[in-house]
Amino acid sequence: MLLLPTTALLTTAATTGGQEFWAIATSPIALSAYEVTFVTALGAAVLNGIFGTLAAWVLVRYEFPGRRIIDAAVDIPFALPTSVAGLALATVYNDKGWIGALVAPLGIKLMYSRTGVAIAMLLISLPFVVRSVQPILTEMERDVEEASWSLGASRLQTFWRVVLPPLMPGILTGVALGFSRAVGEYGSTVLVASNIPKHDLIAPVLVFQQLEQYKYAEATVIGAVLLLISLVLLFLINLLQAWGRRYDH
Amino acid sequence: MTTNYEPAAPLPAQPSGAQPPGARSAPAQEQRWVRVGLIAIAVGYLSLVLFIPAINVFAQAFGHGFGPFLSNLTRPDFLNAVKLTLIVALITVPINTLFGLCAAWLLARKQFRGRAFIISILDVPFSVSPVVAGLMIVLLYGRNGWFGSFLVAHNIKVMFALPGIVLATAFVTLPFVAREVIPVLEEAGADQEEAASTLGANGWQTFWHVTLPNIRWGLMYGVLLTNARAMGEFGAVSVVSGNIIAKTQTLPLFVEQAYKQYQSEAAFAAAALLGLLALVTLVLKEFLERKTRIKTATDEE
Repeated sequence: MLLLPTTALLTTAATTGGQEFWAIATSPIALSAYEVTFVTALGAAVLNGIFGTLAAWVLVRYEFPGRRIIDAAVDIPFALPTSVAGLALATVYNDKGWIGALVAPLGIKLMYSRTGVAIAMLLISLPFVVRSVQPILTEMERDVEEASWSLGASRLQTFWRVVLPPLMPGILTGVALGFSRAVGEYGSTVLVASNIPKHDLIAPVLVFQQLEQYKYAEATVIGAVLLLISLVLLFLINLLQAWGRRYDH
Repeated sequence: MTTNYEPAAPLPAQPSGAQPPGARSAPAQEQRWVRVGLIAIAVGYLSLVLFIPAINVFAQAFGHGFGPFLSNLTRPDFLNAVKLTLIVALITVPINTLFGLCAAWLLARKQFRGRAFIISILDVPFSVSPVVAGLMIVLLYGRNGWFGSFLVAHNIKVMFALPGIVLATAFVTLPFVAREVIPVLEEAGADQEEAASTLGANGWQTFWHVTLPNIRWGLMYGVLLTNARAMGEFGAVSVVSGNIIAKTQTLPLFVEQAYKQYQSEAAFAAAALLGLLALVTLVLKEFLERKTRIKTATDEE
């Protein structure tokens, strides 16, 4: 169930032959699709790294009305089908939507562009950083911070030197998980992009389009490239988590 | 080696005995405007990216009252999509629960060659793109796939039919149960099970009376996540289903199709239904998380 499909993809891709494989994997459309996918996903993951850490901090440290509900609602992207997420974003952020209409007079078009893809990636990778950082913050001793303050460190110094370092493995794990998820995302991104090659076409959508056109060899090669990248990311995430566990003991 | 793509069930308990922020000693006292500002930024960001779009789905679906919503719910193609989604979940969830339990038990209790390798590739379905997952199924069971000629010879239809949708869904939901059960099994240890079998319980009795009560909340958590994903999977299913209206169209595919054909009312009715499913999932999840929290809290005492 697990090994067979993975092997099928890799061996079928391997039988394509080195030269042809390389030609397909580095065709201009594929290269631009990788660029759109990876650069946008990285941007979304890093942005979520910053705001996700902030959200985790606020949810763990502060008491405010609605905190519990907001905390539970952070998991929406895990529970909501991706096509619904895509539909929701396309409606809110299009020219006539609740948010899109606000910026439309400024000439800013949020949907059916790379910005749209970025917003979708932000949404689906949002919970990862929050959920990786939250447990560390909950367990963190506040005495150390207080010691730092009483020794005369400023708030900013305390944050950079005392609070942030133990959070780092969690933040990076969350960023890597979010990045990995954003790179593979299809359901929400396909609905918010115009899916035009070399404009906002992402790699998973490219694979899908090639399958629709019965271009199996092309789909297989690019699918294999994506699979290999996922495997590398999986390995990286395992390393990051091992690093995080070292902090525990 | 726990690559949790979903949050693990037993989040550590909040320090309930901690003092409220206002009662802290002077140097620890956060300035009020810093606190309010940070809360505002965080909640604002979450609202912009997450909450407003989610609320918008319901606003669009119920904006003109319940009448249009209900009339959309009775469309035949819509009802077929609901039926197919339920069938897929009813097949996939039990199979993957059973598999997940077996896998978790093997990985937590037995030492064997390749164990580390299996643990590390268990997460492949989570990390790979759903489209690539669907592609793998095509390469195995499609006309030119590994089993293609066999299936054609025996007149078995997998692609663009229910078996293909089930296979794709089973693949993407494979790790959930095992991922949630392995840590619980490891924490519980094998002592109780060994004691039971020493006292003469057979394997089935040991599992039913000793192992299962220990792992039940983790197991239910895994089943819940499996079900949510099985009913909501879009990418992988859309590759293998062919999206034949009223035949191989699941509810998430219906949402996309209706939206693309400018039938936004139907799209939002279906989306709201899936949104309700997500809501129920989140409530149950919260409930199960609280259960595991109470359990770990009492264990620690």
